[in-house]
Amino acid sequence: MTKGIESLARWGRKGCDSFESLGRAGIFLAQSAVAVPSREGLRLWLHQIYFVGVLSLAIVLVSGLFIGMVLALQGYTILVDFGAEQALGQMVALSLLRELAPVVAALLFAGRAGSALTAEIGLMKATEQLTSMEMIGVDPLRRIVAPRLWAGFVSLPVLTIGFSVVGIWGGYLVGVEWLGVFEGSYWSNMQASVSFLDDVGNGIIKSLVFALVVTWIAVFQGYDLVPTSEGISRATTRTVVYSSLAVLGLDFVLTVVMFGGLS
Amino acid sequence: MKRSKTMELGVGLFMLAGILGLVFLGLRVSGVTLSAPAESFQLEANFANVGGLRPRARVTMAGVTVGRVEAIELDTEWFDARVTLRLDGELEGQLSRDTTAAILTAGLLGEQYVGLSVGGDPEALEAGDTITDTQSALVLEELIQQFISNMVSG
Repeated sequence: MTKGIESLARWGRKGCDSFESLGRAGIFLAQSAVAVPSREGLRLWLHQIYFVGVLSLAIVLVSGLFIGMVLALQGYTILVDFGAEQALGQMVALSLLRELAPVVAALLFAGRAGSALTAEIGLMKATEQLTSMEMIGVDPLRRIVAPRLWAGFVSLPVLTIGFSVVGIWGGYLVGVEWLGVFEGSYWSNMQASVSFLDDVGNGIIKSLVFALVVTWIAVFQGYDLVPTSEGISRATTRTVVYSSLAVLGLDFVLTVVMFGGLS
Repeated sequence: MKRSKTMELGVGLFMLAGILGLVFLGLRVSGVTLSAPAESFQLEANFANVGGLRPRARVTMAGVTVGRVEAIELDTEWFDARVTLRLDGELEGQLSRDTTAAILTAGLLGEQYVGLSVGGDPEALEAGDTITDTQSALVLEELIQQFISNMVSG
């Protein structure tokens, strides 16, 4: 009997803990996002864009190229049965711009940059660098967290655009150069069906949302972890798992809102 | 210090690449033209059946795209489909009053679009007017039914 009550109490405690941590994460986001950028802050921000954005460029572009190529190959084998291989450009462009580029770039970003952010901030906390910063009167939220948060927010949309461009080029390479789809219909069907505001714009809005969520989860997990080596490894895993789930779940919600179908 | 300079240069190139990518997506992929949005006007047309016509479908004249379908809704007075067309401004006052509108299909399984052809009436359609002479979408089932009943009676 007491055992049952105890386990019930444990569940309740767990629930309270997760709500508490959600609240802490919200306050944390509000405090670090509004930090006023100074000249020094701008320099820190640029450096973080270099680390989370420029250094992620290679993996994102290579993945984009392969995804565009495989889309063209798969799409061609299906479309050619209906004699509709002219629609290849439209298919590649729409699936990249609306879904694949924002989602896959965000997943890669969570694995490549998000986990690194968590480990870095976590190690700073474990070696008490954050506490010593506070002691000399430097706000770690402003000095450490805010530049990383804003760098992620700016970098991921740029990476997403790069992903789409390289993917569409990869689709061109396979569809037009190798499989022999007529070049004119590849581009003109694409231009006839892609709308700049509805498709490109909504894709970028998606990637802005993903960027905020992924970097928020990454820096918060780093800032909030248990400062031991085990705690760092757990927090890094949690960053990747939570960001991937959040990206995929939010993608469904955003798609329903943007492209409708359930109303 | 040198390391920091290359870093900043890298970030600058990164942002520049992003902007160039966006320009590529705009001009090459979605076909945005840099000229100002052209003048346009609306016409309406009632169809007995719009088939698979969708908003944003093309409106053509002699095969040339001259506008888009803006909205499709049910006319509750006649219980047919009221289609709003948005056409290029240069056609305003040029289409005769007996212009016909037909819903056509590109290829066997392709998208459906609206085809306009002018008549001989000296009076012209003004913005907001309704095209009265329309031809509905081809519905394959109806066609087959007609064919079968002709065979039976013939």
